[in-house]
Amino acid sequence: MKNSAIFKSVLASTVVATLAAFAVPAHAWEPTKTVEFIVPAGTGGGADQMARAIQGIVVKHNLMKQSMVVINKSGGAGAEGFLDVKGAKGDPHKLIITLSNMFTTPLATAVPFNWRDLTPVKMMALDEFVLWVNAETPYKSAKDYVAAVKKAGDSKMKMGGTGSKQEDQIITAAIEKKAGTKFIYVPFKGGGSVAVQLVGKHIDSSVNNPIEAVAHWRGGKLRPLCVFDTKRMPYKEKMTTTMSWNDIPTCKESGLDVNYLMLRGIFMAGGVTQDQVDYYVGLLRKVRETPEWVALMNKGAFNQTSIEGKEYADWVGAAEAEHVALMKGAGFMAGQK
Amino acid sequence: MDALNSLLDGFAVALTLTNIALMFAGVILGVIIGVLPGLGGANGVAILLPLTFSMAQSPGGQTSAIILLSCIYWGALFGGAITSILFNIPGEPWSVATTFDGYPLAQRGRAGEALTAAFTSSFFGAAVGVVVITFLSPVVAEFALEFGPPEFFSVYLLTFCAFIGMSKQAPFKTLVSMMLGFALAAVGTDTVTGTLRMTFGTATLLTGFDFLVAVIGLFGIGEILQTLEEGLEFRGASAKINLRVVLDTWKELPKYWATSLRGAAIGCFMGIVPGGATPASFMSYGVARRLSKDGDKFGEGMVEGVVAPETAAHAAGTSALLPMLTLGVPGSPTAAVLLGGLLIWGLEPGPLLFVEQKDFVWGLIASMYLGNIAGLIVVLTCVPLFAAILRIPFSVIAPIIIVICAIGAYTVHNTTFDVYMMVVFGVVGYLFKKLDYPLAPLVLAIVLGDRAEASFRQAMLMSQGDMRILFENGLVGSITTLALALLIWPMLSVLWASIRKGLAKGA
Amino acid sequence: MSEANDQRAALSNKTAELAVAGSTFALGAIVVFDSWRLGAKWMADGPQTGYFPFYVGLIICIASVVNFVGALRAGDKDSAFVEVGQLKLVLSVLVPTSVYVVLVGFLGIYVPSIVYIAFFMLWLGKYAWWKAALVSVGTNVFFYCVFEIWFQVPLPKGVVESLLGLD
Repeated sequence: MKNSAIFKSVLASTVVATLAAFAVPAHAWEPTKTVEFIVPAGTGGGADQMARAIQGIVVKHNLMKQSMVVINKSGGAGAEGFLDVKGAKGDPHKLIITLSNMFTTPLATAVPFNWRDLTPVKMMALDEFVLWVNAETPYKSAKDYVAAVKKAGDSKMKMGGTGSKQEDQIITAAIEKKAGTKFIYVPFKGGGSVAVQLVGKHIDSSVNNPIEAVAHWRGGKLRPLCVFDTKRMPYKEKMTTTMSWNDIPTCKESGLDVNYLMLRGIFMAGGVTQDQVDYYVGLLRKVRETPEWVALMNKGAFNQTSIEGKEYADWVGAAEAEHVALMKGAGFMAGQK
Repeated sequence: MDALNSLLDGFAVALTLTNIALMFAGVILGVIIGVLPGLGGANGVAILLPLTFSMAQSPGGQTSAIILLSCIYWGALFGGAITSILFNIPGEPWSVATTFDGYPLAQRGRAGEALTAAFTSSFFGAAVGVVVITFLSPVVAEFALEFGPPEFFSVYLLTFCAFIGMSKQAPFKTLVSMMLGFALAAVGTDTVTGTLRMTFGTATLLTGFDFLVAVIGLFGIGEILQTLEEGLEFRGASAKINLRVVLDTWKELPKYWATSLRGAAIGCFMGIVPGGATPASFMSYGVARRLSKDGDKFGEGMVEGVVAPETAAHAAGTSALLPMLTLGVPGSPTAAVLLGGLLIWGLEPGPLLFVEQKDFVWGLIASMYLGNIAGLIVVLTCVPLFAAILRIPFSVIAPIIIVICAIGAYTVHNTTFDVYMMVVFGVVGYLFKKLDYPLAPLVLAIVLGDRAEASFRQAMLMSQGDMRILFENGLVGSITTLALALLIWPMLSVLWASIRKGLAKGA
Repeated sequence: MSEANDQRAALSNKTAELAVAGSTFALGAIVVFDSWRLGAKWMADGPQTGYFPFYVGLIICIASVVNFVGALRAGDKDSAFVEVGQLKLVLSVLVPTSVYVVLVGFLGIYVPSIVYIAFFMLWLGKYAWWKAALVSVGTNVFFYCVFEIWFQVPLPKGVVESLLGLD
């Protein structure tokens, strides 16, 4: 039977991998058992997709002798996953992929966690955010839309987003501040359903990541107004008959000076050795060179900034300070009313 | 007919030897996954995803890959019913409603019948689901877009009202049980404001109480404890274990055509919306109980009570793939992982998938027909085998079941706290059952509580606190009205009966 | 089993009803208390975080009081909730199971499961020791293959597994 063949091959490869692990020379550290790859978010979301893509690439190109398993720990807006890795101090067989909730969740809920409890490994990419409206609305630019929101008055227009007091709502709060107006922010569970709610005209706009809304854009249901980045996205391939990602203006160009990028980075538990960190940095570098990774980056129109080491740690530190300021400004801190 | 031609092409794509082998492999894996509560369909699909990654590179490989993955999904849908019927332990959330009549049937030595009925109705539900996908996909995708937060809330309300309406138990015990379910569902992060509720500063409560842990404890462990009172054995060991039982049951099944059709309709509706297979199974069971002429015997072991939830669950599970393909919205966790798979293979779910990837889409749809037939063949031939499990002596099978339950409870959130909670829920289940507190409302409240509350509050945000949003347009208005009508119907009929009595006396 | 014939009431129905109603009341009170802390009012833009749980808790409390009073009034003190013989049987499984899950927290899933299944078969089933050993070890090897190897679902492991190099 076919399935037993699969079992056998998996079994065989595991055995081979285990044997191979013993044969490794002693100088460089390598994983000696299955590596757990924690996703502090639910199945099917952006972080989950990226983790599973990395796992798939590692398996396909045989980049690691041990196997890698992806485990979702999404409870408490990701706090479950972060606390799990925090508790695994010194364990070199645990990786975690982060999104902005690494900053926002502890701030919003006072869960005892800080990114300094982890060891930064490598930033894989940054995720862009785009302001979307339904294609049947008359708004052609961010300026038009902001004017319409202002004209409608406070708490009239609805902005949909993923989760509460997380990246989408932070961006919404930043827009409100810059434009001097107020949205009704409606939180949904996943980016995919936010996009569909916008197609169904239940909300007026969203700040979906490119990958979450691209299908509806290409299907002529949604219209991108601007990207929340300092420069335009570099992808020039036509996505619709007339537009490429590169044709979307930055929000600043359209008179809405708001920038936000979301970290897609990899961390390990605290208290691991430099050898161990180096191993994963090397592994992830190899992952970034594969054609599958390049395809994923193009598909999701990611900002391909990728840094490691001290530079990465500094970046995270700066991002944390920025989030504290944004969250305070928006009144999203725990205990803040 | 355009769809028919495309479908025939699809069969040509799907019907290769490799693909058929993959179908059977997928179904068998899926059944294993469905049987063990520790492995969900989402789990199995996620694990095999990297394997399919290299498969998808070869020409036509994307179709083979999705066939393998979707067949795991069908297998898991079939497999969930097995432990529900044999041991009162739902292997998957959508087979909870199957325990209500499936398990009593097994206790009376009719496990084979219950299993056959479950599998056959699953197949029927799936078949209806696939037909809907084949011929109605453009229309149906538009319909799903009509559903915003108020509409979702009204659908959950409808599920509730359809299921609760009439309960034989003491009303205040039903109330306590249901409200406990809501309270448990509320533990953890509040999705609307991001605040932590009732976690009391502990990390273990962050994840809240998972429905599966509660169900494994309340139903599975609770049932074993109660069985023990009558000695160290399972009832139902006398189940017939030959294939004749399949044919005998098939003779009986056409009687329930109305229930099957209703179940399929409810399932397709809930799958497309997407409201999910679990609410669909509860709603279908509730509706069947109200409309059947043997309604008051439901819960004591009626074949019809197995047919209703299984048809709906499978119809919903199948049609849930439609919003995934056309809108990119997963109708279930498993669909969510499949969606991730599509993206990684370089396919883009959404309105253009049907245009740009015709071969893939129709290959997948054709494989749904074939995969379900493969699934039915596999599970039906195994009916005697499954029924024979009940003949294993209690002191061997009981500890193994408890170990399986413990593994199942652990894997939900990878925490041993859930294993402790499973035993606590087991004791609660034992006490509640003996004191006539109904368990079904509690379970339903855990499943739906969170989602219903979130949609309600999203709706309230949208309308800025105006309840009229629940009657805002024809769609949400009629669903809400139907729900309220179902809720007060039993009260009205009691009232009407007493008025008639009063009139009769007066005359 | 001879123990099953002991038909004295270990616990009367009334006591059980009162205890359960009391417990649900306490749970309801906790829910009410925590929801009030979070804010349980209806604001301009809809209900606050604690709004629904607050009323859910309140309903639990009220319904529990009704159940409690109902049990008090019911009167028939003699009807047994569980007989001594039955209780012994139930405890003969419940106690080892509780010990088992606590052990899972310390030793991982596999070792306690082997011990538990073997204990069950030896003590309650009176099987020969080699049969018990065969079934308990065999089952766990099967689970190990299914979960750890085939589906790569890591289950909790303790010192014994790491000594064997299986984690």
